[in-house]
Amino acid sequence: MTRSALFRFAFRTTIPVLLGYSTIGLAYGLLLATSGLPWWLAPLSSVVIYAGAAQFMSIPLLVGGAGVAEIAILTFLVNARHLVYGLSLIKPFGEAKRVRPYLVYALTDETYGLLTTVKAPEGASGAAFYGLVSALDQSYWVLGSLVGAVAGSLVPASWTAGMDFALTALFIVLLVEQIKSSPKAAPYLVALAASIIALAIAGPDRLLVIAIVLAMVGMLALKPLLDRGAKNGSGSASGAEREESHGEGRA
Amino acid sequence: MNANILNSLVAIFAAGLVTLACRATPFILFGSGRIPPFLDYLQRAMPPIVMTVLVFNSYKMLFPKGPSWNFAASPMDALALLLPGVIAALLQFWKRNALLSIVGATALHMIMTRLA
Repeated sequence: MTRSALFRFAFRTTIPVLLGYSTIGLAYGLLLATSGLPWWLAPLSSVVIYAGAAQFMSIPLLVGGAGVAEIAILTFLVNARHLVYGLSLIKPFGEAKRVRPYLVYALTDETYGLLTTVKAPEGASGAAFYGLVSALDQSYWVLGSLVGAVAGSLVPASWTAGMDFALTALFIVLLVEQIKSSPKAAPYLVALAASIIALAIAGPDRLLVIAIVLAMVGMLALKPLLDRGAKNGSGSASGAEREESHGEGRA
Repeated sequence: MNANILNSLVAIFAAGLVTLACRATPFILFGSGRIPPFLDYLQRAMPPIVMTVLVFNSYKMLFPKGPSWNFAASPMDALALLLPGVIAALLQFWKRNALLSIVGATALHMIMTRLA
């Protein structure tokens, strides 16, 4: 596969994120610039933080002059779900030695969704595909926030109201694709139950973190049951199962 | 440059470091070795879990707010969120054209919120 063919494939893959990120990035830039902060903090945040929810959350805190520790802790709470995202991508990213630091830094919700759902095309390097998708996604976000911030108050907010639904639609599309590629019902039902419980006990603001943690605990609790259901035919490793301690040096 | 902007700059870099640390943790802990079996099981369950929770999170405003059972969204607001969502899911199941699903649903949502 030629470079330009791979680029076109990667670009087509990221079009939903282009719609979501450019409009939400625009909204973020507008919000930041119209709340009295210098406009250049918006593109700067999109490069330095690059996490939408945390960036939106930080605007009122920055305006109010909140302490650095407070913002750092809230950022951790909002982004703690990323502690587990990488688990699904250790193997796929393993071959991408040179670009791996960038892939890890740029692993947003949406990029995670694309990279765990869309496979690299036949005959293309996974590393190049992942790198292109990640970089395209970030460029939409940075440019969106830059344009939004510069536009400042020029565009009436009433024009763009409701465009942020594109992100909800993107998540729905990714969920549908996930169901098509991984149709076992258990994780979806567990996650739904965990979301409802998290909303009830923790409220809407902490929903993301608590629901994901609850769902992980739920799936671990159900593991013996699910393993028994899928006993036959799973490629269990050869007899000599070596005890491997992770983290020991193997270059 | 006043103190508030300096504070903002330091806070943004702190938030960036925290975010990067969260994203890098699984790669640092397990990146060079084999993933323990229970974590391997968990990582295969993570994409379905995360997508389900993210969709639910987008609709959390439809649920009663706090013990007072006040709904944050009016019935028309709720419909303007739910119907385009269902349309997006159906379009994606049938056509598998993400652009069509997202643009169609977002346009419908924007029309509905303006008519309400």
